[in-house]
Amino acid sequence: MSSSDGHAANAHLAHHFDTIERQDYAVRLGMWLFLATEVLLFAGLFLGYTVYRHFYHEAFHEASRHLDLWAGATNTVVLITSSLSVALAYWAIKQDKQKLCAGLLVFTIACALVFLAIKAIEYHHKFEEGALPGAWYHYSEVTAPGANLYYTIYFLSTGLHAIHVIVGMSILIWVLARVLKGHFSSTYFVPVELGGLYWHLVDLVWIFLFPLLYLI
Amino acid sequence: MSQPNQLSDDNPVYPAVNYLNADRGVWSWLTTVDHKRIAIMYLVSVLIAFLLGGIFAMALRVELLTPGPTIMGANTYNRMFTLHGVVMIFLFMIPAIPGVFGNFCLPLMLGAKDVAFPKLNLLSLYLYWTGATLALAGMIMGGTDTGWTFYAPYSTTTPMTLFPVLLGVFILGFSSILTGLNFIVTIHTLRAPGLGWMRMQLFVWAIYATSIIQVLATPVIGLTVMLVGIEKVGHFGLFDPSRGGDPVLFQHMFWFYSHPAVYIMVLPAMGVISDVIAAFARKNVFGYKAVAYSSLGIAFVGFFAWGHHMFVSGQSPTDDGAFAAISMLVGVFTAIKVFNWVATLYKGSIVVGAPLVYICGFLFFTVFGGMTGIAVATVSLDVHWHDTYFVIAHFHFIMVGAVIMAFLAALHYWFPKMFGRMYHEGWAMVSAALIVLGFAATFIPQFLVGNAGMPRRYYMYPERFQSLNVASTAGASLLAFGFIIIAIYLIYALIHGRLAGDNPWDSRGIEWMTTSPPDKHNFHETPVITVDPHSYQNPGEEVEHVVI
Repeated sequence: MSSSDGHAANAHLAHHFDTIERQDYAVRLGMWLFLATEVLLFAGLFLGYTVYRHFYHEAFHEASRHLDLWAGATNTVVLITSSLSVALAYWAIKQDKQKLCAGLLVFTIACALVFLAIKAIEYHHKFEEGALPGAWYHYSEVTAPGANLYYTIYFLSTGLHAIHVIVGMSILIWVLARVLKGHFSSTYFVPVELGGLYWHLVDLVWIFLFPLLYLI
Repeated sequence: MSQPNQLSDDNPVYPAVNYLNADRGVWSWLTTVDHKRIAIMYLVSVLIAFLLGGIFAMALRVELLTPGPTIMGANTYNRMFTLHGVVMIFLFMIPAIPGVFGNFCLPLMLGAKDVAFPKLNLLSLYLYWTGATLALAGMIMGGTDTGWTFYAPYSTTTPMTLFPVLLGVFILGFSSILTGLNFIVTIHTLRAPGLGWMRMQLFVWAIYATSIIQVLATPVIGLTVMLVGIEKVGHFGLFDPSRGGDPVLFQHMFWFYSHPAVYIMVLPAMGVISDVIAAFARKNVFGYKAVAYSSLGIAFVGFFAWGHHMFVSGQSPTDDGAFAAISMLVGVFTAIKVFNWVATLYKGSIVVGAPLVYICGFLFFTVFGGMTGIAVATVSLDVHWHDTYFVIAHFHFIMVGAVIMAFLAALHYWFPKMFGRMYHEGWAMVSAALIVLGFAATFIPQFLVGNAGMPRRYYMYPERFQSLNVASTAGASLLAFGFIIIAIYLIYALIHGRLAGDNPWDSRGIEWMTTSPPDKHNFHETPVITVDPHSYQNPGEEVEHVVI
């Protein structure tokens, strides 16, 4: 079962795997499991949202009307567009189009920055209005009991999501740097794929957060 | 009855170059990605944690010798039981068997060279160290008096320092997640040729089921403890009733992890028993598939049983009933395992040794702890027993009676593989007997005193409970004495123990097919597996079924 030939042919093959296919399968499986843990991490906040929406239905309904729908909608479009561009970057590297791949990654990272900028402006408004979590709440327009908890959930979930945007962006910057150094090609592109998967998760979480917080 | 070593090598060999001495120096250990070295570092770490947790436990038992103050103040007492719980659960019990024996044995049992992600494995260890340091630092910086459960709103309003401990638990959670993720991928991708799923050793099945829980449940506790931390520091109101928050929500989120966490601790223990019992009965494990699938069954059902911790938290009777019924299913799966283990012993060629004594202790305590588990899952009974020493005794029967017995069985069983040397069998038997008896003497009185109404976590108690408390403390001293003996003869055996040889137990496990201690790369040639696991059809024959 010796596989020294395989190891000599592919520098990316670790010593404890026999074939690159097996190693790629392992890495992908590991990534999907990791994404499952991320979903469960957010699940706790979604549970909190559900419970408090049930308890304080009126306050949640009213408070959600006071979010900036246009900012949220723009951010949704920005993130969905970035998901497309990262998927295209993955396609490009599989076609050995390194420059196109790099360009698409730059576009994705730019989208992430736009998202964060819009989010920062939204946060700034909330701070000015006093629409803040828990004890810090002093927003005069929504006075129904439980409104402070709406903003607790809002800041916790969008805050945790923003951290994920920053992490995802950092991963994509690292992938971009390696693309520019010519590390990836149609024969080795797993890190591009994994970075893209993580970015899709970031996008997906937002696709749930947007309607829950802004629309309903 | 046959002697343990009658079939093994007459002239055992200690390989001149092995994983312990292939690279030298502290730095080579701290930067290693070898799963076996990482396992040894986990072993040292969890044993230190166990020592700490044990010292705190002894301090508690001494304090409870008299109804009034004995050796410490009430505040110190509160901090002490919190320390005992946090250290034993997060620093010892959860990483113990997966971190040590999972890391050491899993790749060997799969015929693999390492786990799927060796660097991630080392990262898990560093995260464990970081989390442990933070948690302990938090304890020293003033301590926490909430108990290991961190129940809000007390935890969010207590004047004590909580944040470092919570952050520590959060980071320990990530260590646990990465270990579980690594093991799942390893089992999926690194099985040797011929090693199908139904040929895996039962320890591997148990680790697989455990890893699923680690991956799926741990993120929730991570989030929950961070929410408590944010609540305490930032007053976000999430669990604070004065701001509209719901403390019961905290309990749901906490137990959604912490009940499955019981199975993170117990399932690997059950896996150890399956493997060791086969070696000591010289017999195939009876009902292999039933034992394998019941691990997955426990992992699955365990996710839906958390509400039995909350029978008196204002749940609806419908919820109570549903959680009670689901909790009892755990008993069904556990019973499947116990019956199969006993059937494995039946008509086996039993070899008497220290690991077997621990297995017998395990079987008795698991049945006893499991039966009382059914009892406390019964809503009407639990209302009486809730938060009494009855519950304490019940879960210590599972966590100490089952997990520590299995940990000790594993430690004795795989010690020769890890270090290439044998421990002293006579002393091992003496301490095993001491520990089994000491354990029973510690916790059976706690069932009685709990049933009589003594609540948990109370600093003082009425005088009529004293005799049972004294009995419990006496039992704890026996336990401690047993552990001291083990520490002495195992450390002695590390240096002076006689050479073990490759397979001192004549086990059919794949991990015994390599040298003791193993080579840095485990096997010189990847083994090819041609027969079913635990294959003892022809006891006494040299192992031929694995082509190396």
